Amino acid sequence: MQQLIPESGLAAKAASTLVSPPVVRRPSRIMRALRPWLTFKAVLGISLLSLLLVCALLAQWLAPVDPNKQNLMAAMIAPQYFSGPHFLGTDHVGRDLLARLIYGARISLSIAAAVVVISGAVGIALGIVSGYFGGRVDFMIQKVVEVVWAFPPLLIAIAILAFLGQGLGNLILALTLQRWIPYCRVVRAEAMTLKEREFVVAARSIGASHLRILGRHLLPNLIQSALVIGTFAMAAAIIAEAALSFLGLGVPAQIPTWGSMLADGRAYVSTSWWMSLFPGLAIFATVLAINMLGDALRDNLDPKMKRRR
Amino acid sequence: MLSYFIRRVVGTVPVIFMISLFVFLLLHAAPGDPADLLIPDQASAEDIADARRRWGLDQPVLVQYWRFLVSAVSLDFGRSFKYDEPVLALIMQRFPATLELALIATVLAIMIGIPLGIFASSRPNSWFDNASSLGGFFGVSMPNFWMAIMLILIVSGYFNLLPSGGRATFGVAEDPITGFLILDSIIQQDWVGLADGAKFLVLPAIVLSVNMTGLLMRMTRSSMLEVLSEDYIMTARAKGLSERVVVWRHALKNARIMVITVVGLEFGALISGSIIVESVFSWPGIGQLLLQGITARDYPLITGLVLVYTTLFIVVNLIVDFLYAAADPRIRLGG
Repeated sequence: MQQLIPESGLAAKAASTLVSPPVVRRPSRIMRALRPWLTFKAVLGISLLSLLLVCALLAQWLAPVDPNKQNLMAAMIAPQYFSGPHFLGTDHVGRDLLARLIYGARISLSIAAAVVVISGAVGIALGIVSGYFGGRVDFMIQKVVEVVWAFPPLLIAIAILAFLGQGLGNLILALTLQRWIPYCRVVRAEAMTLKEREFVVAARSIGASHLRILGRHLLPNLIQSALVIGTFAMAAAIIAEAALSFLGLGVPAQIPTWGSMLADGRAYVSTSWWMSLFPGLAIFATVLAINMLGDALRDNLDPKMKRRR
Repeated sequence: MLSYFIRRVVGTVPVIFMISLFVFLLLHAAPGDPADLLIPDQASAEDIADARRRWGLDQPVLVQYWRFLVSAVSLDFGRSFKYDEPVLALIMQRFPATLELALIATVLAIMIGIPLGIFASSRPNSWFDNASSLGGFFGVSMPNFWMAIMLILIVSGYFNLLPSGGRATFGVAEDPITGFLILDSIIQQDWVGLADGAKFLVLPAIVLSVNMTGLLMRMTRSSMLEVLSEDYIMTARAKGLSERVVVWRHALKNARIMVITVVGLEFGALISGSIIVESVFSWPGIGQLLLQGITARDYPLITGLVLVYTTLFIVVNLIVDFLYAAADPRIRLGG
């Protein structure tokens, strides 16, 4: 083999591999930290979500008109884009679709955020207690998990709203009831392995209280997994809230939500396609963005995934 | 295997018991009791008291729960307020439609999601892999109620290809054999009926399967990639086996545990999703019945349906566990 390659070429090759490393500049610290986040998934997810957050926070200033202002003279106007006042058209009672979409972002994101935070707090607390203490406490908590998990996901929410009546509080309760379980399961498993680790044993041997160990030593080690679960839970909560609103079981009718807009649109689907296209597109894009962000988070935070890549 | 089977079945009994308690408490917490809903406004106080006594509503809560439990176990969910028929009969009449839709959707998801996931994993980072990965994201994130409306708009409305709702052009036979329209048509060799039924099934089944397809695609890909990097796959390749045999026989065998998990987990979401899909496509299943019951505040009907749905979900999970044990001996020998 060696005779086939000219001597000079080989030498040049060797020289170039020897010389090249110092020539390449090491990327700056910031670039190195940013690197794993510069994937298609992460960039698309973060930019879409930022856009939505801006819409939700600045709804009063961004929305062209009052989202609940009815005008039957201007009902069911097709999207006018830049040629008229109603960019995305109006609905069956003449409310501006774009304004309702922007305000809808606020409602959908706040309900989902409330669900994720409450279920996260409950799930992490129960999971950490269950995994750390074990024994009878663990048994009891896991029984509850088993029972609650035995309900099909959306059904339990539908049942609660059907029996207890609708409203913001019941909606959040209905969505939270099952959502805490994934946190609880993962946190419990991690707490069980963490509590055997040297730093926990060391903390106990110098007399740290259980509460201190849970809060200062276990919790910081669990937060990353919880964050990943929370992201996916957010996507699931947005879909579930939209589904319930679509069925007419969500928040009261005068509050614009994407799900209830879609329900309105469904009735007029044969005449006004825009009434169902845009709200659904908003739900889809939001969930897609959150799922992509969640995937990127998991790739970057989960050491097991990192090793595999 | 048998002892594992028995242990798992016995293990679900307390769960079902707790679920019945939960549903009963929800029913009890509902504002206004059945007496308020059913008795006309002009009824006197004695009439109301009389009705409450007749329905056992004057008994202590525990006694009421006991009666509820006894009748639930004997599958007697009472009479529907709205239809004035036994709840069980109503459910049995519509249950096959729901099951048919759910099974077809599951089969569809498996038939599309798994092969696509395998193809993607066998050429990682190719254009096909990237496209199907994006498709998987789309599938997982798709709100199925929106997809349903859009398909009705485009396929039924614009192109007029498929019907937008219902289950058959001329209604369903009064005395079905199995209740599964597709199966009935095959048994009766009614090919026109089969084609007609299939036409109505296509859109709802696609919509219902889309989330599961996306998830299966993604999960198949990642678990196949994991398995394909293991030593025994390298051995198989070193032995000179063709890539097709390595991927489809050696690797897939170990990836199937994941497939069972995903199908089992997602079946619950599929059942829930069918409630909405049935409502959009006017599919005459129990999901539509549930929504009608909620609108009419028909508590016996809702209670019966919640219990039926939950039991179905538990049964599916049991089946998944057994498939698990059959696929992986470590599970049945361990805990």
